[in-house]
Amino acid sequence: MSRIASRFAALKDAGRTGLITFITAGDPSPEHVVPLLHGLVAAGADVIELGVPFSDPMADGPVIQHASERAIAKGVGLANVLAWVAAFRETDDETPIVLMGYLNPVEMYGYASFAEDALEAGVDGILMVDCPLEESAVLKPLRDAGLDQILLASPTTAEGRLAQLCEAASGFLYYVSFAGITGAAQLSTGQIAERVAGIRARSKAPVAVGFGVRDAASAQAIGAFADAVVIGSALVDRLAGAGSAEDAAGRANDFLAPIRAALDAR
Amino acid sequence: MTQIPDFHAYPDAHGRFGDYGGIYVAETLMEPLAELTAAYERLRQDPAFIAELDRDLKYYVGRPSPVYFAERLTKHVGGARIILKREDLNHTGAHKINNTVGQALVARHMGKTRIIAETGAGQHGVASATVAARMGLKCVVYMGAVDIERQKINVYRMRLLGAEVVPVTSGSQTLKDALNDAMRDWVTNVADTFYIIGTVAGPHPYPQMVRDFNAIVGREAREQTLEQFGRLPDVITACVGGGSNAIGLFHAFLNDSGVRIVGAEAAGDGIGTGRHAASLAAGKPGVLHGNRTYVLSDANGQIIETHSVSAGLDYPGVGPEHAFLKDAGRAEYVGVTDDEALEAFHLLARTEGILAALESSHAIAQAIKLARELPKDGLVLANLSGRGDKDVHTIAAREGIEL
Repeated sequence: MSRIASRFAALKDAGRTGLITFITAGDPSPEHVVPLLHGLVAAGADVIELGVPFSDPMADGPVIQHASERAIAKGVGLANVLAWVAAFRETDDETPIVLMGYLNPVEMYGYASFAEDALEAGVDGILMVDCPLEESAVLKPLRDAGLDQILLASPTTAEGRLAQLCEAASGFLYYVSFAGITGAAQLSTGQIAERVAGIRARSKAPVAVGFGVRDAASAQAIGAFADAVVIGSALVDRLAGAGSAEDAAGRANDFLAPIRAALDAR
Repeated sequence: MTQIPDFHAYPDAHGRFGDYGGIYVAETLMEPLAELTAAYERLRQDPAFIAELDRDLKYYVGRPSPVYFAERLTKHVGGARIILKREDLNHTGAHKINNTVGQALVARHMGKTRIIAETGAGQHGVASATVAARMGLKCVVYMGAVDIERQKINVYRMRLLGAEVVPVTSGSQTLKDALNDAMRDWVTNVADTFYIIGTVAGPHPYPQMVRDFNAIVGREAREQTLEQFGRLPDVITACVGGGSNAIGLFHAFLNDSGVRIVGAEAAGDGIGTGRHAASLAAGKPGVLHGNRTYVLSDANGQIIETHSVSAGLDYPGVGPEHAFLKDAGRAEYVGVTDDEALEAFHLLARTEGILAALESSHAIAQAIKLARELPKDGLVLANLSGRGDKDVHTIAAREGIEL
């Protein structure tokens, strides 16, 4: 069983809601990445999404874009990210790591060599934000190597595609929207709950929800109907400007501890 | 017998031009794009829509634009005849209006009340603000903070037309970043908002839709050349940034196998210097802004900042259909430097009394090179995609002249 599948199976057995944390690799500092990853685990993260910096993160908001820019300015590339995962794996062989990012860096690395190197480093899944199911033939070498391709679903996803996504889901299915989204995609917590219940009933993989989760209260509200909650921008924002690895891990812990407690309290 | 491919058969239903194009976007955009594709597919075959578009192009844009024999330029060069498709004579002074008129009509048919656009030099922003004003639609234009500083006159033009210009301060603060922010606005406000992309890039259906709206350039030019010169051109050329004026000219000629097709990319200070915007000549296949195409990126896959004297060509990607035509060997793409474009700008001004846009000056420079290779009865057609009034400050500053 893959690390992701084992982790979700264990969560299910324990009746717990998973906590998935996102950080941008190399921000606030390349030296802090590995200790910070361990810090996230200590603070209660069940799965880690490690953002691969990209110059044009079209689907991310300003917080993550700026974190990417800071990391790129320090020369962070995909090879560094894989090296950090390998270093993390020296002492943690259980916490699943998903690399999240955009296709072009992987394209330039080469899909086949990336599949090989990512697997060797100890990566468990990949979430390519700009690669919907329809274009994911390019990721076949990664899937063939045993990496889970994490797919996204959103409030705007039409019924027909949702069925395809549920069928193709591997690792977990990430139900996502942007915080503060307005217009047709604006859903209340109750509507999200209803939507997610429908997806969980059909999805081959557990369903994680990232929907403006910023604190213990929102995590608890979302956690009530999801297999896991994802915390991204709010954490990245909190980490920005940390002066040392201890500072970064401390900030992560201060921020995540109440969220972990809230998820476990229900 | 070799099968001659039908170059008019692209893109396929997935928006692919061979290996290029497609829909490389976040999940949240899949449904809005599907809705747009469905609406566009319906409208482009609807006789009432086509009639409406034709009326706007005739009475508002001022089409058809002429094909003009540049006789004194030809004599000066001493080679084949150079003829110019005069897109600079359109309302707002460039080909960009062909596309914005079309997309604004699509927006209205889809019931959208708000238009957003990205702009680099400001030409597409002005063309979008123009059609929004005419249709009474709210208009928001995203523009890099650096470009806002470089293109103050166009910023003011957009504001005069009632548009809101939003400065983009992320990344390199230029066109590509403006596109990122416009895309974010769209996904957030898709219920009432239509995103008018200004070039043949972006996710499907944009490369097809923008091409279709600009393809009138080549359809007219092909007919006009046959009528005025009794034959097709030997070679046609246009400048390529994102590539909308070029694909507009090229498309009608793609199946004319006797017509050579040459795209002129911005070689900036020279491709060897690294300071250029020649995605096809110097880039590699990658993924940017929703499509697979040739991109300029570094070893880590980060998109690199480009350079051209012409802001409209300053883009690190290129429309996927151009990538396809390059690989298929149907079109060639070559670099024209800043200096060569400026020389062509001055030459055209003095021999023909036409101030070409700096973008279009790249095509003129290429046409001059091509004319020199051909006998005197040869025929070179260049797309004069826009007028140069917007560039006089840039040219003066570059030549050390204070206005």
